[in-house]
Amino acid sequence: MDIDLLTNVFYAMVRTGTPLLLVALGEMVCEKSGVLNLGQEGMMLFGAVIGFMVAFSTGHLWLGVLLAMLAGILLSLLFALVAVHLNANQVACGLALTIFGVGLSSFVGASWVGKPLEGFSPIAIPLLSQIPGIGKMLFAQDALVYLSFVLFALVAWIVLRSRIGLIIQAVGENPNAASAMGLSVLRVRTLAVMFGGAMAGLAGGYLSLAYTPMWAENMTAGRGWIALALVVFASWRVFRVLLGAYLFGLASILHLVAQGIGVTLPANLMAMLPYVATIVVLVLLSRDTIRTRLYAPVSLGQPWKAGH
Amino acid sequence: MLLSLEPRAQPSRLMMLLSPVLAGLLTLISGSMLFGLLGRDPLQVLHTLLIAPLSDLYGIGELLVKTLPILLCALGLALAYRARIWNIGAEGQLLIGALAGSALAVNIIDMESRWALVMVVTTGVLGGALWAGLAAWLRTHFHANEILTTIMLNYIALNLLLYCVHGPLKDPEGYNFPESALFGEASRLPTLSDDMRVTIGVYFALFVLVAIWVLAQKSFLGFQIKVLGLDRRAAGFVGFREKRLVWIVLLISGALAGLAGVCEVTGPIGQLVPQVSPGYGYAAITVAFLGRLHPFGILLASLLMALLYLGGETAQMSLNLPMAVTGLFQGMILFFLLACDVLIVYRLRGKKRPRSIMARSTGAVLHQAPAD
Amino acid sequence: MSIDTQPTSCPPPRVQLSGITKRYPGTLANDRIELTLEPGEIRALLGENGAGKSTLMKIIYGVTAPDEGEIRWNGRPVVIRDPAQARRLGIGMVFQHFSLFETLTVAENIALALGPEAHPRRLVSRIREVSQRYGMPLEPDRLVHSLSIGERQRVEIVRCLMQDIQLLILDEPTSVLTPQEAEDLFVTLRQLAADGCSILFISHKLGEVRALCSTATVLRAGCVAGHCIPAQCSDLELARLMVGDAEGLEGSYPKAHGGAVFLNVSQLSWRNPDPFGTSLVDLSLEVRAGEIMGIAGVAGNGQDELLALLAGEIRLPPQESARICIASEPVAHLSPEARRRCGQAFVPAERLGHGAVPDMSLADNALLTGFQQGLLQHGLIKHDKVMAFANDIIRRFSVKTPDAQAIASSLSGGNLQKFILGREILQQPKLLIAAHPTWGVDVGAAAAIHRALIGLREAGAAILVISEDLDELFQICDRIAALSNGRLTTPVEVAHTHPIEVGRWMAGQFDISHSAA
Repeated sequence: MDIDLLTNVFYAMVRTGTPLLLVALGEMVCEKSGVLNLGQEGMMLFGAVIGFMVAFSTGHLWLGVLLAMLAGILLSLLFALVAVHLNANQVACGLALTIFGVGLSSFVGASWVGKPLEGFSPIAIPLLSQIPGIGKMLFAQDALVYLSFVLFALVAWIVLRSRIGLIIQAVGENPNAASAMGLSVLRVRTLAVMFGGAMAGLAGGYLSLAYTPMWAENMTAGRGWIALALVVFASWRVFRVLLGAYLFGLASILHLVAQGIGVTLPANLMAMLPYVATIVVLVLLSRDTIRTRLYAPVSLGQPWKAGH
Repeated sequence: MLLSLEPRAQPSRLMMLLSPVLAGLLTLISGSMLFGLLGRDPLQVLHTLLIAPLSDLYGIGELLVKTLPILLCALGLALAYRARIWNIGAEGQLLIGALAGSALAVNIIDMESRWALVMVVTTGVLGGALWAGLAAWLRTHFHANEILTTIMLNYIALNLLLYCVHGPLKDPEGYNFPESALFGEASRLPTLSDDMRVTIGVYFALFVLVAIWVLAQKSFLGFQIKVLGLDRRAAGFVGFREKRLVWIVLLISGALAGLAGVCEVTGPIGQLVPQVSPGYGYAAITVAFLGRLHPFGILLASLLMALLYLGGETAQMSLNLPMAVTGLFQGMILFFLLACDVLIVYRLRGKKRPRSIMARSTGAVLHQAPAD
Repeated sequence: MSIDTQPTSCPPPRVQLSGITKRYPGTLANDRIELTLEPGEIRALLGENGAGKSTLMKIIYGVTAPDEGEIRWNGRPVVIRDPAQARRLGIGMVFQHFSLFETLTVAENIALALGPEAHPRRLVSRIREVSQRYGMPLEPDRLVHSLSIGERQRVEIVRCLMQDIQLLILDEPTSVLTPQEAEDLFVTLRQLAADGCSILFISHKLGEVRALCSTATVLRAGCVAGHCIPAQCSDLELARLMVGDAEGLEGSYPKAHGGAVFLNVSQLSWRNPDPFGTSLVDLSLEVRAGEIMGIAGVAGNGQDELLALLAGEIRLPPQESARICIASEPVAHLSPEARRRCGQAFVPAERLGHGAVPDMSLADNALLTGFQQGLLQHGLIKHDKVMAFANDIIRRFSVKTPDAQAIASSLSGGNLQKFILGREILQQPKLLIAAHPTWGVDVGAAAAIHRALIGLREAGAAILVISEDLDELFQICDRIAALSNGRLTTPVEVAHTHPIEVGRWMAGQFDISHSAA
């Protein structure tokens, strides 16, 4: 494999991993607070379609990004209302959110399918982008990828260093104790769910405004679900989310590598790869139940009501 | 908010039955508002969606055609959900059922014996069971979360199906269309009457309905499944074997989804095409919840869901509304249902004080396994 | 009363509650409670489960708001909106079930409670200083999950002491401690009181209350039943205040010797894969037909693991099947279902979620373990038989419930426990294993449960009771042993030992070489 191919593979790996990174970071924060939101796919799709529609009709890409995030937040609030405040089963609510998001985005975007849009284009940083191998990967990406780097640093700081991180972790581990301490469990969880919604919306916007600037039904193709597996893979640790997102990105572009070294397989079989990889990773990581239990937020998935 | 929630001493059985009705009404209301906002006449749209499709006998036949796969999938899912095994994979299991049945059917096109049909249907059922069995194996041996594995298996199944219709199963005389050859007459499900597309598959469905009812409501196995779903520790303490129950519910729900799939290709479609299912397996999730995981509730809910699919097609043709309106309604009704279900365990009270204090909910904190 | 008129030599009471009333749907948890606490006073709050103690302290700590009544703090009326405000006033609370976060360090736990200004790293030296001063050494950087139960309680207390504390509320603090650890705690509390801090000590152990508290307030059914000076009251007088009508509650039962060995556990060792769990080491034990064997110990010393092994929730490989024998038959590899067929019945520690399914009806919960009693036919459930069985339990064990269709979680703890015990006893077991049979149960139900256990013993069954309540074990058991850090002492006749000796065993002070039978 020559260096040009490697450079391009690295570049594509980060591009492909970016939406996964964004969603997984949001979901990780959400799960750390004790809420399992399986609705990532729905929020991503709604973000993607709203972002595309806004950018297409106004011509402002960043306005599209902003509204994509708001769209994600809007759906996440629906989830928060039913799953966090009304104590409904989180698994069922997450499924409902995905089904709703898929339906809503297809409905809203029905007449926008296939329209062309000039999306975010790469901005190469002089000199740095010339570094062999990794230069193009880190310094010749589009603005949203750079934004994902910043957001990653922000989330890492919040989770590892800040008091907010402590509070989120406390609420996710023992909501009764957190409440007895005077922390508002419902508020923390609602905000965490909203953050997850914003990140999922942004990831959707990235898909429809930068990755493949267009709108198509179900264009997320299961990325929201893969991100959920990613959080398990990362054992709820922020640096492993980064690593995992790019590894999955790599798995999704293996056909590029295969073509590069002269192997061709049917497209549909190649398309299975990320899903198969997800299952393999789940199997490898879930074998040790003790390990999962050590890292998983203790109250994950359990509804909580004040006055317990 | 001027209302507060107060826990009930006992869950309300009335609300248990009323909640889906309430959710349906709320969906209709919000749907009307949405159509109003889009500048459509809400009454006209709702008429097209829910009433027009049933105006003649043919329409009712078509309703049954769509009910069949949804009902079969949902009955299986409900059994799994009773055990809190979140099988999201009915869609994939349905596709594999269709694929497996088709793979056999295109190789016995010339067979004239009725056994052809029996073999094809059995293969489809086994295919679906195998696909769900994969998830059961991953869960019982590796503790892999079944939500994620079944959803991944859906995507894999879809790509496998696409690969097959574009490759190995493509009709060599089909002008390069991604479709299999038409099945032989002997491996087609007979229709109920000549002018309808409904097949004898509805008899399968009725049989399955009763069998699942007996299993879920009357048998000790059904009781064990229910206990496993409500309280894993109690199940373990009594000695109900979790792994065995996980295998049973997943194999049954996979087999039923496989049956649904193979009934589609041997019934109304007659060959393998890329669009075997317009999301029946996902719709079945909503149906299972809407039917309260009870077989007869699911029958009603699947009729409603089939009507939405049928109405969606009508609305697309006559009103130029996107087909996605079906998916939108599915999501809305499920959301409303989950919200209304709060009233099973809580009652609404006018607020007396500015601060609400809620006593512990009845058994709301189940110790669930984390998403492992 | 106005503080302005108080002479300066006599400070106002630290806290004064008047007319505190709190209603929950269906119950009056607190009914016009009056309670006064002077600076430096150690007052006991006595009462049985459900008397309203928890509600009252939650009101003082701002977790719940009272419906009526007034709280005066150092003479001034206050409304305590939330725990954060309570802490600002100088109120600290140590919960029975610790409110610590196991995945965080000691310093992080304390920082969270102290509010936004506190930073874990800047607290380290003060934590060391405060904990040393009160004789409770702590390492601020350790993760809480690596601490022992006693150390965790220290974190809770130190967390309260980090602020300017004037009232410390402790909810059943000694229930998780050995008698010796409890004595150490009392030393700290006396020192605190001498520094002027008022202490509200919630307990139902009369001996401790007498040793520590100068005054006591007794609650009964949400009302103040009386105030007294514990040192001047007999156990019976206090019990009368707590229960009202103490008739027939304090049974003393003749001890039995038992017959042939029915349950035999020999050199049972089990390595716990869970790093936070306890491993069992070389554990031997015999239970004879017609006797009650008791196992004492502080929670977390291997009780859960031993129970899971005895129930069959954890199974040993077939080659080790003889580690546990029922009537000389090896059973350690058998499922719970198979062990039931050998005559074993089981009452787990947790009623809801283990012994009974919370969201199922009593009838379904009767079927849960009673299915071998002819309730099934060809794999189908005979509903009329199930109903008859459930109604039989309800009638014979006086379970208070509308009917057998009521869901398990709607019953009170005592009634549900009577139902679970009745379900097991009506299956006429030859061996009953009961964990914490009267935990959180009111006195009347506890007495009924004790009588039922003795009755079963008289019928010739072998009974093993695992409990944290030493008084209970001495009352009903014929022989007793203690479990400490996964090791079991040699069982002795209850008549030949004393709670203080068993307390020492619980703390691990016993010679291992003598423990192997």
